[in-house]
Amino acid sequence: MRSGWKKRGHLFALIALVMLAVTGCGDPYLSTMQPKGESAEISLGFMKLSLFVMLFVMGVAYLLFAIAVIRFRRRKGDNSNPEQWEGNTKLEIIWTVIPIIILALLAIPTIQQTFALAQDDNPSEDMLKVKVTAHQYWWEFEYPDLGIVTAQDLYIPTGQQVYVELTSKDVLHSFWVPALAGKLDTNPGEINRMRLGANEPGVYDGKCAELCGPSHALMDFKVVALEPADFEAWKEKMKKPAPAPTSDVAKQGEQVFQQSCLACHGTDSQTKSIGPNLTNFGERNELAGVHELNKDNLVKWIKNPSSLKPGVTNMPAFEGSISDEDISALAEYLLQLKQE
Amino acid sequence: MSEHVPSIKKHGLMDWLTTVDHKKIAIMYLATGAIYLVIGGIFALLMRLQLAVPNNTLFVGSDFNQLLTMHGIVMIFFVATPVIFGFWNAIIPLQVGARDVAYPFLNALGFWLFFFGALLVNISWFFGGAPEGGWTIYAPLALSQYTGTGTDFLVLGLQLSGAGTIMNGINFLATIINMRAPGLSMLRLPMFTWTSIVVSVLILFAFPPLTIALFLIFFDRIFGTNFFNVAAGGDPVIYEHLFWIFGHPEVYILVLPAFGILSEILPVFSRKPLFGYHGMVIATSTIGLLGMMVWVHHMFTVGLGPIANSIFGIATSAIAVPTGIKVFTWIFTMWRGKIRFTTSMLYAASVIPNFVFAGVTGVMLALPPGDFQFHDTYFVVGHFHYVILGGIVASLIAAAYYWWPIIFNRQLNEKVGKINFWFYQIGFALTFLVQHWMGPLGMPRRVFTYEGGRGLDTINMISTIGAFLMSVSVLVIVLSIVHAWFKGKPTQSDPWDARTLEWSIKLPVPEYNFAQTPRVRARDAFWYEKMAGNKEMVPAEPLGEIHMPSPSILPFIMSVGFFIASFGFIFHLLPITLAGFAIAGVCMVIRSFKDDHGYHVNPNELSEGV
Repeated sequence: MRSGWKKRGHLFALIALVMLAVTGCGDPYLSTMQPKGESAEISLGFMKLSLFVMLFVMGVAYLLFAIAVIRFRRRKGDNSNPEQWEGNTKLEIIWTVIPIIILALLAIPTIQQTFALAQDDNPSEDMLKVKVTAHQYWWEFEYPDLGIVTAQDLYIPTGQQVYVELTSKDVLHSFWVPALAGKLDTNPGEINRMRLGANEPGVYDGKCAELCGPSHALMDFKVVALEPADFEAWKEKMKKPAPAPTSDVAKQGEQVFQQSCLACHGTDSQTKSIGPNLTNFGERNELAGVHELNKDNLVKWIKNPSSLKPGVTNMPAFEGSISDEDISALAEYLLQLKQE
Repeated sequence: MSEHVPSIKKHGLMDWLTTVDHKKIAIMYLATGAIYLVIGGIFALLMRLQLAVPNNTLFVGSDFNQLLTMHGIVMIFFVATPVIFGFWNAIIPLQVGARDVAYPFLNALGFWLFFFGALLVNISWFFGGAPEGGWTIYAPLALSQYTGTGTDFLVLGLQLSGAGTIMNGINFLATIINMRAPGLSMLRLPMFTWTSIVVSVLILFAFPPLTIALFLIFFDRIFGTNFFNVAAGGDPVIYEHLFWIFGHPEVYILVLPAFGILSEILPVFSRKPLFGYHGMVIATSTIGLLGMMVWVHHMFTVGLGPIANSIFGIATSAIAVPTGIKVFTWIFTMWRGKIRFTTSMLYAASVIPNFVFAGVTGVMLALPPGDFQFHDTYFVVGHFHYVILGGIVASLIAAAYYWWPIIFNRQLNEKVGKINFWFYQIGFALTFLVQHWMGPLGMPRRVFTYEGGRGLDTINMISTIGAFLMSVSVLVIVLSIVHAWFKGKPTQSDPWDARTLEWSIKLPVPEYNFAQTPRVRARDAFWYEKMAGNKEMVPAEPLGEIHMPSPSILPFIMSVGFFIASFGFIFHLLPITLAGFAIAGVCMVIRSFKDDHGYHVNPNELSEGV
């Protein structure tokens, strides 16, 4: 048996090493362990602190456990009874009081950091304000001070804290950008507030972290952090009217769009629409959050959104009601929606 | 098995349907739990298959959500819960020196309500799909705009089995408090019984909020009320509170019996009394009390504000103190002992390191600044599977190996048991240890897929391989049980040289448990008598007629009535609902007006038998 316990220890160590070697600290735009924003840094610092404190506790318990199961095994042929030791007040006081002290010490940074991460409804003047509305299964981003509405890609300037107001149009979702900040739920009928900021430019992954229906796993978005100057340029691009289509196919697509799509999708970033606002759609990082943005996928999506995101019910499948040629033209039109 | 007493009926189907004997009800609970363990395990394997490689398309969308919901519901409500009740029924009356539970009829009713509740939830697969809103059944996703009839089956099925659970809580509380043998004071109770007291109290406080939450969902779905309809002023956050006011104590409802089991097994195989019994009783009660007031740690990301979050965070971490007391108490129970590593002891000992690990991640999760990142990721999945599989299930397997002789008068094969122990431990560690990395690497829980090349591929594959290793161990256990059932030989009494009252009974346990109620003279009652040179307990009464409860078919029919009524609700068929309620109502009337004084076992037959 002794070798058995040892083997087990080796196995654990091996797994732990393999894990570290294989994964490192993960993808720099997805991992909470490579924070790129103040909130994520605070969280990671605290995660490490609690881990180290708990590793100490764990070490003590594991050591005592190992000694007990190795040293106090019954030897073969020994049928005598050990001393019937029923307790020891001193020991019991020690293992009650020490954990209380450890946890009391841990409580101090807990309160500090919990408050440090909280955001009330009084954003400071210099914060950029964004209203986030979660829908099954997409994200709407509104910049009330800039008069811009967009979807799926949340553009923010680096080095500035963004004040985020979260709500939902349907079920519970949760807004999570692992590398930038911890998550906060979007509750229908209520507004939650948090801070978001990126130290360096990049395209960070955003996730829905609350089960919200069949396509919960696909309800991704991106946070695009730009240098302040680039962000100014993006703002200007968003406010420009959509460029007129140049090719004939795209012109045909525009007509189809106006007949069949405009009721739900705007191409003008100043007005909210029922479905995702498609201003500068051609610049999106992904199609519907998770698929490569290309014509094939876009055609598939328009024909039947559920084929790419199961359970999408708010957008009808247009296969049959719009001809294949028109859908192809429509996709062409949408993809050229970008400012040079 | 029962040749001693002629008055006992033979084991026919009718006998099982009408029995009010706690020992038979125990077997029915254990058997039902075992069947659902296999079903719930298959769901888990299917999910791990889907997640083995990125962008897999085996089970996506709603299919996957049905699997994850049913896996959680089945494992918590229809595996862990009934197996615990199985051991309660099998052991507690024997540990307290009683001849049955306080309310045998209620006991049978509790089982059948549970049985038909579980059946109702599981047949949803054949009526338009299983529930798919997660085991938490959060509104608004659980409302009829978003999910199908599966949720109706779930809500009503849990309502039935929940009623059964509340009955068990009442029953065992009454049994333990009122039916203890002479001399068995509260501070002489075995720890398994002590934890059951605390759990019974938790059930009485925690299940009513669940009942309310489920009723509100049910009203919203079936009668079109607006409790959680935001457009009409409803508030889904209220549902989250109600659910977790139940949900967190539920964790302790499941884990405290496991702690009790450890506190029985470790002393026996270390040949020492439990170290610091009083501390253990206080710790158990404290965990129960604190467990009732920390539910918000499941809701740190709901947006309740930093004051609520830090208060509940610190309150939660405080539970680590009594839990730490327990862990060190167990270690020091083994300390200076003479440990025999039977299969039961192996499983019991393995709980200590695994549960310490679960406790460590538990404290990490309990504190909001870290939890904002950990919450609803695979870190949580890893954490609670360490609690449930490393802690609860391992303890239940230990209990099965330990108490099998009492329940079935057979022993499970020790050698096979040790093989399956290693499969279990290695498979378990492979599956769930790596999940603690997935979360911080950016993988939310309850997702049916993930992107490749983002640091998640290898660990997901490892996790899937581990899950299959674990299923080998479950298969071995099942085979071992089947082997013991058909090929096993009756065991000798007290095979482990144990300490508590249940082992003083000559196996097989007779229908009336104790021919004479024993007198308890010390905490480890049977050990005390053995040390005093006695082979048996000292009787507290002369040999006399034994009063036994009569069997009854009413609990079964009553539960069938509620089952039928539920169908009527789900399919909006009022006559069927009324018919179901009528069946149940008639049974209640019969039960109320029929005088049933039970029957007596003749002392002459007894003296021949014993």
